[in-house]
Amino acid sequence: MTQIFSPEGLAIPVTVVQAGPCTVTQIKTQATDGYNAIQLGYLPTTEKHLTRAQRGHLSKAGVTELLRHLREFRVDQPEAYQLGQKITVEMFSPGQLVDVAGTSIGRGFAGYQKRHHFGRGPMSHGSKNHRRPGSIGAGTTPGRVFPGMRMAGRLGGGRVTTRKLQVVQVDPERDLLVIKGCVPGVEGGLLEITPAKQVGNKR
Amino acid sequence: MNVRINAEEIIRSIEAAQMKSDLPEIRVGDQVRVGVRIQEGGKERVQAFEGTVIAMRHSGINRTITVRKVFQGIGVERVFLIHSPRIESIQVLRRGKVRRAKLFYLRDQVGKATRIKAKAESPDS
Repeated sequence: MTQIFSPEGLAIPVTVVQAGPCTVTQIKTQATDGYNAIQLGYLPTTEKHLTRAQRGHLSKAGVTELLRHLREFRVDQPEAYQLGQKITVEMFSPGQLVDVAGTSIGRGFAGYQKRHHFGRGPMSHGSKNHRRPGSIGAGTTPGRVFPGMRMAGRLGGGRVTTRKLQVVQVDPERDLLVIKGCVPGVEGGLLEITPAKQVGNKR
Repeated sequence: MNVRINAEEIIRSIEAAQMKSDLPEIRVGDQVRVGVRIQEGGKERVQAFEGTVIAMRHSGINRTITVRKVFQGIGVERVFLIHSPRIESIQVLRRGKVRRAKLFYLRDQVGKATRIKAKAESPDS
């Protein structure tokens, strides 16, 4: 992340994303697969990183590059795409809203405060309750802990979508997107960037 | 992954496009005059803020300076993002001779004790 200045002189926090170029590796249609989608491949790699099945899948689509990552995106009109077609950052324009999905940073086995934003107990005056959860339910009735009680456990490392982020700059020469705000995951992580999904019946 | 190695370089190049190249060399302890663009009722004008640089933070496009002056007996500090387009100009009026990177001790001092000795070399403006 860094920050850049808007024409009005405001500093905007931005994330620089290497976006594509992606190649269409498969087209799924209502007739063949029951739904409409395209599969995109990204990041040319070497032969040793792909299995024979993966290489076969790519060569079947007529894609000569060896692409490490494949991801599927739902589209309304799969006929608009051809196998081997390049999808670049040129599909985005500055000011456009996008949804960015990725794998969030894994935090391992996290306690109540980090995982569920519980408050903390007093640190002094003889208190032995520093990071404990407090009560997790009533006594003999019901005599059990209700399902869904928030407790410590694995945090992060899951799929997260950050919605409606603004595209600030598009650099088609270097395939870069400059997106306002932060995006899920670690540096160098794989992201899925799509035009922002409209929720609700606003047209 | 080569994607990760290039990241630093790519971010620098995006920052470089907006960084100012005409800034004077500013050091902690210097007396500076900063011209700030401010908007007043739809009109834009430049307001000067003069004081001592007591801290510099961050690097590259995020670089900021903290300028302190005593105005009507009250200490005033402002932090300027020096590469921001809202900063019209920065002038170094006097070089100061200091032995610290942060001059926060000036906040606890009054009157004569807040003076900073001028550096022997002349300010290169």
